[in-house]
Amino acid sequence: MKKTGKRFFGGGLGQLTIPLIAIALLVIFNLFRDPSFFSIDLSHNSDGNIVLAGNLISIINGASELAILAMGMTLVTAACGGQDISVGAAAAIAGSVFVKVLKTAGHINGGTVLLAFVCACIVAMLFGTFNGVLVAVFKIQPMIATLILYTCGRSIAYWINGGATPTVSSPIISAIGSFIPGIPIPTPVLIVVLMAILFKLLFHFTSLELFTQSVGINGSAARLNGINATFIKLLSFIILGVCVCVAGSIGVSRLGLINHETLLLDIEMDTILAVAIGGNSLGGGRFKISGSIIGAYVIQMLTITLYAMKVSSTDVKAYKAIVIVLLVVIGSPVVKEKFSKLVGPNMYRHKKAVVKGGEE
Amino acid sequence: MQENVLLQMSHIEKRFPGVLALNNVDFTLRKGEIHALMGENGAGKSTLIKVLTGVYQMDGGEITVEGEPIVIKSPQDAQNKGISTVYQEITLCPNLTVAENMFIGREKGEWVRHKEYEKRADEILTQLGIPARSTQQLGNCSLAVQQMVAIARAVDMKCKVLILDEPTSSLDDKEVNMLFSLMRDLKGQGVGIIFVTHFLEQVYEVSDRITVLRNGELVGEYLTEELPQVELVSKMIGKELEELSSLGETEEKNIVPSEVFYEAEGLSSSEALPFDFSIRKGEVNGFTGLLGSGRSESVRAIFGADKVNGGTVKIKGQPVKINKPVDAMKHGIGYLAEDRKRDGIIAELSVRENIILALQVMNGMFKPISRSEQEAFADEYIKVLNIKTAGRETPVGSLSGGNQQKVILARWLLTHPDYLILDEPTRGIDVGTKLEIQKLVLKLAEEGVSVTFISSEVEEMLRTCSRLIVMRDRHIVGELKGKDLNQTQVMKTIAGGEA
Repeated sequence: MKKTGKRFFGGGLGQLTIPLIAIALLVIFNLFRDPSFFSIDLSHNSDGNIVLAGNLISIINGASELAILAMGMTLVTAACGGQDISVGAAAAIAGSVFVKVLKTAGHINGGTVLLAFVCACIVAMLFGTFNGVLVAVFKIQPMIATLILYTCGRSIAYWINGGATPTVSSPIISAIGSFIPGIPIPTPVLIVVLMAILFKLLFHFTSLELFTQSVGINGSAARLNGINATFIKLLSFIILGVCVCVAGSIGVSRLGLINHETLLLDIEMDTILAVAIGGNSLGGGRFKISGSIIGAYVIQMLTITLYAMKVSSTDVKAYKAIVIVLLVVIGSPVVKEKFSKLVGPNMYRHKKAVVKGGEE
Repeated sequence: MQENVLLQMSHIEKRFPGVLALNNVDFTLRKGEIHALMGENGAGKSTLIKVLTGVYQMDGGEITVEGEPIVIKSPQDAQNKGISTVYQEITLCPNLTVAENMFIGREKGEWVRHKEYEKRADEILTQLGIPARSTQQLGNCSLAVQQMVAIARAVDMKCKVLILDEPTSSLDDKEVNMLFSLMRDLKGQGVGIIFVTHFLEQVYEVSDRITVLRNGELVGEYLTEELPQVELVSKMIGKELEELSSLGETEEKNIVPSEVFYEAEGLSSSEALPFDFSIRKGEVNGFTGLLGSGRSESVRAIFGADKVNGGTVKIKGQPVKINKPVDAMKHGIGYLAEDRKRDGIIAELSVRENIILALQVMNGMFKPISRSEQEAFADEYIKVLNIKTAGRETPVGSLSGGNQQKVILARWLLTHPDYLILDEPTRGIDVGTKLEIQKLVLKLAEEGVSVTFISSEVEEMLRTCSRLIVMRDRHIVGELKGKDLNQTQVMKTIAGGEA
């Protein structure tokens, strides 16, 4: 019992300490500010379903695309030591393909939605491959490589639907974007849970996690141990492509239309921030997907808190920046080292006793 | 005597997670002396040095320089206080020029005066007889020259205390002699030199005094002339020397003819010229030659570590293609690389993850080894190889050099290779671990594993190998076995000239 506790705190929690504290502080702050901030109600939505509503729900719901992109971004960051800044643009492309296929099919049912999703997924994975090849094969720095798609992605999205912003309205689309009749939890939240489970399964049934970390920490040694570093990096971009498609499809389904100009605009920077707040090194190597997911919720909760405090939308970004600077500085190795010195000796002494016991 | 004291470290204590790396250690350095700091891996030599140079902050104790208590906050601070270091692993920037490396971090004023620095660098290089130009990119120089540039940098900083941490491990005899004469010069000028090395002969050649550490504790300080070599070794490893001598007598080194395991004809890579090579089952052979003779490049070609250009390879008589490391691994070949920091360890991953890595790669990505199995493997090899670590989840980067090497050995042993290539497995490692590794090699051979062993210490190779392939200028120039396996013959063949 004691042992598991120690492992949890010693190994698992280390990286998650800061994002969890950040969430806790935001929750406490909001409770003091407005005790009813987190109240959750059951209400009827426009379709007549009974659904959960409240600030907390809108925070968790609103962060869905961010959380999904952050999962994929974590993998790319870990393997390549750099970030993909084209996720917003790529999501616009995926969303456009999604709508284009539905429009071409003419009618919207389960089959055509699935087809549209699969097509969007393939396209997003192809663009992921494009980024991945530039990074893994041609060894271009990830930010520079993905700058290309960042720049032209929304133009490509514009071409796909001939410059129009077509709408898609159907009970299935609104079920994806808001609620499935009979289930009070927003569907995007369920999709986040599903994606998290898929990642968990991926890491459980393959050794992708170990290989990705090895490539990210020491590419040369990884290669000499038979790991195909190029493939691992490429794969991380392809997996991010899937995340991009899922996020893009959610974004389209929320509004029931594709607007290539505004869909998930500026989300790439929040995604990278979520990865960083989650305690992952942006230089690659060791990572924790769970950290990035929490990071996404920290960002979203911060945004909603600021809006709730009647901060104007132009000012929100500046306030967000202040909090994020604090978080990143607190999480930096320099501060961590100073902190561990303050609390260190006792912890080490305890560990030493354990080691000695083992040797005897 | 007392007023001669330059540096006094007393009751130094340093803790790492789970390990007390230094426990109440004293160290005294006098003006104009060369003081050897000796000890096994993990004895605390590197830690003591890093405390002295401000890389680590000590948890207890006091440091005085010329009687003044000082606090060393950072490496920069140490340099300013006249304490300069050349580390075991080269810590310069390979993508900068030689001159930039010599002056980086010590520019005076805000402008980097390239021309001036280059001129000054060239002067020093000439003075010290280092074969490099100031404008050359450091990464293009050989390891030995890089090391010497690091020394030149320290020398130029007009230091009171010069720390040389394994400075000779990548130098050949000529270069070592050059370094020693330089050290004696500096000593004459009143500089105190702390010399950390694993080469006992070198200690006796240049040092005046020896301080021995063991397991983070001080064993004692001795005058070099009063401490016989055998006693020094026993103080370092803290056990009797019978094992040491017994190893040397394994004359009957598996000369029993057995089937050929690996055979290459005209094998060449982007780094290695075409060569022929074969090894029998259970045979231990070695590549020897001077630095840059092509010995490492040749074994890398066998493993497919560099781009393979041509040649035919047979394993157990069957033609195979080995173009990349994973091909070699699938045919039962393991390779422990020369540069453990760059090509060996995955520093931030745990001991467990580092140990199972190669086996996991061979199993493939879709057959992950279960956590409990991984733990069992890690525990087994930590025990078998006597790896000193706080636990299996400790990041491998925090282990001492020798223990890191054992982790990589464990990684390959776990794959149960038929043929193991060990490139400098004992470099920068203490006597005790060296012996353990040599014994392990012989034991593996008995079990039928073929081993190719490379070491810059010829004596070590003579002890373990039944056949030595000698290289010079990237060509194989001889093959020694049986009666020819002795130091003189090896030296003659390496040097060439005589038939």
